[in-house]
Amino acid sequence: MKRHCLLPDISQPGRIGCSLPDLDVPSGDLPPEELLRQELELPEVSEVDLVRYFTALSKLNYGVDTGFYPLGSCTMKYNPKSHEDIARLPGFTALHPCQPEESVQGALELMYRLQEYLTEVTGMDATSLAPLAGAHGELAGLLMLKAYHEGRGDKARTKILLTDSSHGTNPASVAMCGLETGVVASDASGDLGLKNLESMMTEEVAALTLTMPSTLGLFDPKINEIAQLVHERGGLLGGDGANLNALLGQAKFGELGFDYVQLNLHKTFSTPHGGGGPGSGPVCVRESMVDFLPTPLVTGDNGRYRFSSPPRTIGRIATFHGNFNVMVKAYAYARSLGPKELKRISEDAVLNANYLKEKLKPYYHLPYDRTCMHEVVFSGKKQKAKGIATLDIAKRLLDYGLHPPTVYFPLIVSGALMTEPTETESKETLDNYIAAMKEIARDAEENPEILHSAPRNTPVRRLDDARAFRQLDLRWEIKSQKK
Amino acid sequence: MLREIGVSSVEELFHDIPERFRNARFSLPPPLSELELKKELAQLANLNANLDDYACFLGAGSYRHFIPSVVEHIIGRSEFYTAYTPYQAEVSQGTLQSVYEYQSLICQLTRMEVSNAGMYDGSTSAAEAAMMACAITSRNTVAVLATVNPTYRDVLDTYCRGKSLSLVALESESSSLPADCACLIIQQPNFLGYFEQLDAYVQKAHDAGALLIAIVDPTSLGMFKPPGDYGVDIAVAEGQPLGIPVSFGGPYLGIFACRKEYVRRMPGRIVGKTVDVDGNPGYVMTLVTREQYIRRERATSNICTSQALMALAAAVYLAAVGKRGLRQVAELCYHKAHYAARAIGKLKGYSLVFPQPFFKEFAIRCPVPPSQINEVLFRERIIGGLDISHLIDNGMLLCVTEVNTRQDIDRLVKTLGSS
Repeated sequence: MKRHCLLPDISQPGRIGCSLPDLDVPSGDLPPEELLRQELELPEVSEVDLVRYFTALSKLNYGVDTGFYPLGSCTMKYNPKSHEDIARLPGFTALHPCQPEESVQGALELMYRLQEYLTEVTGMDATSLAPLAGAHGELAGLLMLKAYHEGRGDKARTKILLTDSSHGTNPASVAMCGLETGVVASDASGDLGLKNLESMMTEEVAALTLTMPSTLGLFDPKINEIAQLVHERGGLLGGDGANLNALLGQAKFGELGFDYVQLNLHKTFSTPHGGGGPGSGPVCVRESMVDFLPTPLVTGDNGRYRFSSPPRTIGRIATFHGNFNVMVKAYAYARSLGPKELKRISEDAVLNANYLKEKLKPYYHLPYDRTCMHEVVFSGKKQKAKGIATLDIAKRLLDYGLHPPTVYFPLIVSGALMTEPTETESKETLDNYIAAMKEIARDAEENPEILHSAPRNTPVRRLDDARAFRQLDLRWEIKSQKK
Repeated sequence: MLREIGVSSVEELFHDIPERFRNARFSLPPPLSELELKKELAQLANLNANLDDYACFLGAGSYRHFIPSVVEHIIGRSEFYTAYTPYQAEVSQGTLQSVYEYQSLICQLTRMEVSNAGMYDGSTSAAEAAMMACAITSRNTVAVLATVNPTYRDVLDTYCRGKSLSLVALESESSSLPADCACLIIQQPNFLGYFEQLDAYVQKAHDAGALLIAIVDPTSLGMFKPPGDYGVDIAVAEGQPLGIPVSFGGPYLGIFACRKEYVRRMPGRIVGKTVDVDGNPGYVMTLVTREQYIRRERATSNICTSQALMALAAAVYLAAVGKRGLRQVAELCYHKAHYAARAIGKLKGYSLVFPQPFFKEFAIRCPVPPSQINEVLFRERIIGGLDISHLIDNGMLLCVTEVNTRQDIDRLVKTLGSS
């Protein structure tokens, strides 16, 4: 197969990539002509050509199974293969979402147990598995707190406070709820500026949303004071649980003073990221917000399970019951972890991140030089002085067969390299990464051109984003042959 | 490693967590080994009546269709499923080119001009389309036809309340659109299975300066007129019928396609073709200034996923069945559903509720409450249709696809006739 070909290039009239049964019933009248389609132009590809085409494409990708993937805030840990096998059982995949509850007791029990597990791990009072992704969970959380305040007759609280290190989804979710964003600046040590919060925490504020630990990989030691202040002023404390990996088996969101937290099962609970979905974003809440959870919940009673809807639910946020098959994998993961194993995850994740931090800080600027949690944020400041951009460092890593960290985020660190090794990586893997990063730092001094022109060993080299934007080419087109 | 870090224990690394919160108690069951895990989860799976062992006639937004093995094998390649968002385009061409294929295939299928890389599911796609229409028209009222899937309407309601938009249900063709109407949402074929006069609704929406959003069934497009040919502004769909298992409701795929003039208002990820520094073709995420990770509160949506693996499944499915196969699948559904409907219509006490043309779903009126009938059917290892008696007296919504054999259908008809 030629390089750079697309499906229409391997299409030949009359070919098909599967076999379909003949009609086994008498055919009836066709519908009225005006409802019918005149032409359908889709590629015609044989099965073997199709397999080779997509296999070739897969080889252009880099996944966790390919190598080290320290993409900060994304928790790219290894996903055990047994979970994939389990999730493919027909008893999980061949279930229609509207089947009678009596016929899906196993599925409901699994959802119930996962709800209970997540509730326990976060120290909350209840969990809804309905949100389909992290940002969807954020949206659910905000809708709930809006309903909570309105339910108390307090309609003046229209503002959500965020930190300047928050994920982009946070303010975007706030906007989707018709609320306003207020940004609390971090202090010099990377924590939330308590003085800033003090002045901003007015009666207009519905909640403060915090990522804990923050996207700087830091745990704010003032969490108790923050929670107290927010609550005293009538607000709620919301959690973006993207970084729960660092707290597993150590501390609980509920005990830290959070009123709700949204999780990312595809991060913390080791369900594969799928190249950008599917995820799953459960919301876990304290007692005061249980009644507002998105529908449905699974209720258990004497070993019988059924769907239920909280009395003041924010409503339905997805067509069915959430990303069930992702839940199966997350539950499988959860069941393989007792309290000890859970704690071991956060210990290893934090150990790995601190090891990277210590080994690399002589070579890369470390804006917040203190013990980090599961991730460490460097900046490209030292190299920038030599005319090397953070992007150059990232692209050079690709030549070593390594995936770069998240770059240029969080926004409060200029030229950030947000590095999250996760707990599943060995010391040897980390040492290999450290060696590459050291060489890159040396090349930045001695051989900068090799960074500017990187990558060289990848399927394609640096791509022209500006051209993609200017000359939009978003699809191929097969035009009808009919005259 | 501890020595290199300069601490004597791992616990020291957690010193920022105040003492009182550290070492929380976790009450969890003891962990299972891989062997035990597989056994326990298989036991849970076995508690379910899986549809490989039953004849199933449920539809209503989730559809059993034949999935060629090639789909599962390709999406099961770990280079695809263990990757993440293609932020580093040079090592993500597999994902990016697949998305470009997906966008192209969706445009071909719907005859719309542009498609994004995918959304969560059909209902959230519809809700995002409504938000987009409000942004485009600077209007705040969303009209939805009463025959749209009730769960979609529930999701629309949740999203609209969040943004303080008003959601108005349009009861029939003769009802007029509200003033300040940003869009009219129609499902084609509708929740009850039959085809709407879509061209008339397109006209009606456009006359009022509103956009027409059509929720379509992608399989039906193998045979029926696509939204692009009706002049629809935004077409959304549940992508699950395209090679994705029913999986108790998820993960699915939201299809989202629109006119090219609205591309900069679209939610979600979009992939474009470009060249690298050597002039070789390649693919990147483009129009990223619409997205939350660049634009934050001014983004077109908060969505951060594109259900990439599900979109890949849909792309592989569409390529595998191709031009001929998709038409064949649609025709199999159509003829089998009509065969079933004809036979049920002849049964004493049963009747078809609507005379309009339909595709693979149709509503019947039963002589007794559908819940009773479904119990009888279940004993015969048949999962009957959706009970819609809250909408139609003793109403049941049945769905027949190519996976239902003649034998299944005959068994259904026979059991209905005797209950």
